[in-house]
Order: sequence, then structure tokens, then C-alpha cells
Amino acid sequence: MAIHRIFPTINGELEQVDVPSNMTLLKMLREKMAFTGTKNGCSAGECGACTVLLNNEPVNSCLVLAVECDGADIVTIEGLAQDGKLALVQEAIIKSGGVQCGFCTPGVLINTMALLDRNPNPSDSQIREALVGNLCRCTGYIRIIDSVKKTAQMLKAERSELWQ
Amino acid sequence: MINPYPGLPEFEYVKPASLKEASDFLHQHKNSACPFLGGTDVFVRLRDRLSRENYLVDIKRLEGLNNISYDPERGLTIGAAVNMNKVIVSPEINSHYPILVEACRSVASYQLRNRATIAGNICNASPAGDTIGACLLLDAKLSINGVNGKRVVSLQEFFIAPGETILGPGDIVTSIHFPVPRPGTQGKYVKLGRNKLSDLAIVGVTVIGYPNNDLRSGYQIKIALASVAPVPLVVNQVEELLSTSAIDENIISDAAEIAMKVSSPIDDIRASARYRKIMVRNLSQTTLQSVWTELTEHSDNLEQSIKTSRRN
Repeated sequence: MAIHRIFPTINGELEQVDVPSNMTLLKMLREKMAFTGTKNGCSAGECGACTVLLNNEPVNSCLVLAVECDGADIVTIEGLAQDGKLALVQEAIIKSGGVQCGFCTPGVLINTMALLDRNPNPSDSQIREALVGNLCRCTGYIRIIDSVKKTAQMLKAERSELWQ
Repeated sequence: MINPYPGLPEFEYVKPASLKEASDFLHQHKNSACPFLGGTDVFVRLRDRLSRENYLVDIKRLEGLNNISYDPERGLTIGAAVNMNKVIVSPEINSHYPILVEACRSVASYQLRNRATIAGNICNASPAGDTIGACLLLDAKLSINGVNGKRVVSLQEFFIAPGETILGPGDIVTSIHFPVPRPGTQGKYVKLGRNKLSDLAIVGVTVIGYPNNDLRSGYQIKIALASVAPVPLVVNQVEELLSTSAIDENIISDAAEIAMKVSSPIDDIRASARYRKIMVRNLSQTTLQSVWTELTEHSDNLEQSIKTSRRN
């Protein structure tokens, strides 16, 4: 199998990685780059645990080939906190009690960021529709939905502070 | 030992620079190469060892495969590599072909739709394909690039069996074309899954209707069924009945009964054939009724607005 040299940007750092043709983005992140925050649940695009941002849009990294990501911009859960300070979306899910075992959390947070990016003030049903591909076996989803709403409020407050 | 994560089997990744190169390569490796766009079906099949390929040919960056274009006289063309979320947010598709948006929104999840395409849904040729019914009823045509050049094929002639299409070695679907919709078109897609969102269809019912004064009933109403036959099924007998008889609740019940009789579902992991048959009848009835109601309300509104404008 051919090995391809690719140059993706991962969490803001330009990387050089050699990947075989059949390596998924998920496998590359976890096994080549040791970004193990991205989880492997079903490896079939159903559970959403492996969700990462690929050029600003969430994708199931188990269904993307690493070799497709040459020159791409990738954000994983490790890219959220800055200088040891949690991102608002992380603070919100902790405060709302939306984390139990934590396996689905990285995918939920990545997808939440993407949702709030395109819709800063989503309704309950819009949140449910956006997160339908992120399965959680612990929380019953209510607190996850609460945390998305909390994040939206926190972002709004942050923006209005910036204006003052 | 059970390996819970088998990963993908070995294959070579090939990224051709042009359509011609892609078609030639696929033709030269007839039984060992497969084109892919988002890979959401292809990768899962490979992972489950349901298919084997020596070469996966990435065609999604090829020229002309990523555009949406709409022309009020010529209709809509969607490039094969346009993902479903792009279809969902397209203003032109929302205003002129809302049934396509509805069908795409029923597919899996947001992150999967960032990769999944209508062309891929069609070429995968699963009888459960959510977007295929809408494409069939909108009279879609496929542009296909092959080793002997380009050709255009009606979607109605495309499917042969589950997973099997008329595509030959080297053939690549490059875009889907839809004619301008008839004035007053209404449509609806009703999908029965094991949960409200994201699952594959146990039964899918697509209905499209529009006024047509040449017909005895005054309306042309078409129905397509997913997951209840070896290929996506357009039930011509329903269209026939609803164009020749004055439409009321009883005729709609008869039409739903016909849809049930014509369907030939199987038992599988998601539902039994018996359950599917009954659901075809029930969902055909509600979907036809709902489109019929919208058509009549819409034409009432049309008449009302004409009257109001006359009064003024």
C-alpha cells in the first residue's frame, strides 16, 4: 500500500504526516498524532463520537480518509481550550452536568460549536436536530441540550461585553 | 479474539486529475476499482468486508462536480459532489424544489450530510435511499461520463436491482439535472424509521402533485416508495387512478391500497415484510391526503387572491 505524505493543520499547527491509503482521519488522529480525545464508537458514521471539524464543518472522522486531508484545517477537542483555559462550550457542559462517562462529549462539543457558529440562538428542536448524530448512553440528552443553550447565552454575554 | 474495530481493508487511494483520467482508470481496473465521493456508503461496506476494492478513486474534487446552478427556463443542475447540507441551504432549491431539501434533511445526521451526496445516494442504489424518490418524481436526469464520452440518462431507467445500476466500467455520474417544476407543485416525504430522526427508512413515501387541467381530476399526483421493493418504486397505477377519478378521501384510500399491493417488501433487521406492507398503505394514505389538502388549499388561495385583486 502506498504511503502518502500530507500536510494538514491540526489545532492551528501545520503538521507533516505519512499515512497509508486506508488510514481514516480518526485513526491518524488517535494513533499517529496521539490526539486521543477524539473517540471511536461505531466506526460507521452513526454515533458521532469521532466528530471533528474539517475546514470548519463537522464530519465523522471515521468516514474520512487521512489522505483526503492534505492541506485541510482540522480541529479536535484538544484544540478548544486555550492556554489552559477551557472554552465556553466546555465550561457550559460541566456546569450543566452534561458529562457523565464523557465518551460522547468531544463529539458533542465539536458539533455544538459548529451549530452555534451557524445559528447563535438555536431552539430546542434545532439543537436536537443538530445533535441527532451524537449518541449519548448516559445523560438522557436533557442536560446536553441545556449546556448548548447555556453556551449560547455565555457567548452572547461575552459578545455584549466586548461591545461595552 | 473479536476485533471491535476492524478498520478498513487495504486499498490504494487514487486521485485522478481529470474526468477522462478517472473514467479511463476505472475502465482499466473494471473489477477492482470503485469511485467515491463522501464515502459514507463505500467505507462502511469495505469496513464490514461486504465489498473489496484494490483502488478507491476520489472524484469529488474534479471540475464541474461541485456546482449548483439554477435557470428559470432550463431548471436545476446539482454537481455530483455537492453535499446534502449544501442542497439544504441553497436558496434556489428551497424556493423551487423544497421536496429535495425535505428528503436531504431526513438523511442521517448533520455531520454525515457534510459528506453524503444525492449522487452517491443514487449510485449506491439502495432501495432505502431517502433522496431517490424525490429525484424520480421530479423527473431527474443523470449526466454520465464514460470512456466513450458523455451521455444523459433518465433516472427512471437507472436502477436494476439492490446496489445494481446501468453504470458500466468507467462510468461516472457527474451531475443531476431537474427540469423546471410545474406551477403549483406540492410535495412531501414521510419516512418511518426506528426513531424520529437519523435512521434508515423502514418505509419511505414521497408524493408530488400539481394542477393539470388536461386530466379529468385536474391534478397530477405521483408517488414513490422506499425500502419496499428491490429498487426504488414509482407506483404508476396510483398516478393513473388519481388523474382519471375525481379525488376524494375514498379514492385516496383506494390509491393507498394499490400502493400496498404493488409493494414487495422483505423481512430484514429493521422490520417485517408484513409490517412494511401495512405501513405502506397507512403512510401512502396520509401523505397523499396531506399533499392533496395542500394542493386544494393552495388553489383556493390562488382563487381568493385573484378575487381580491379584482375587487380592488
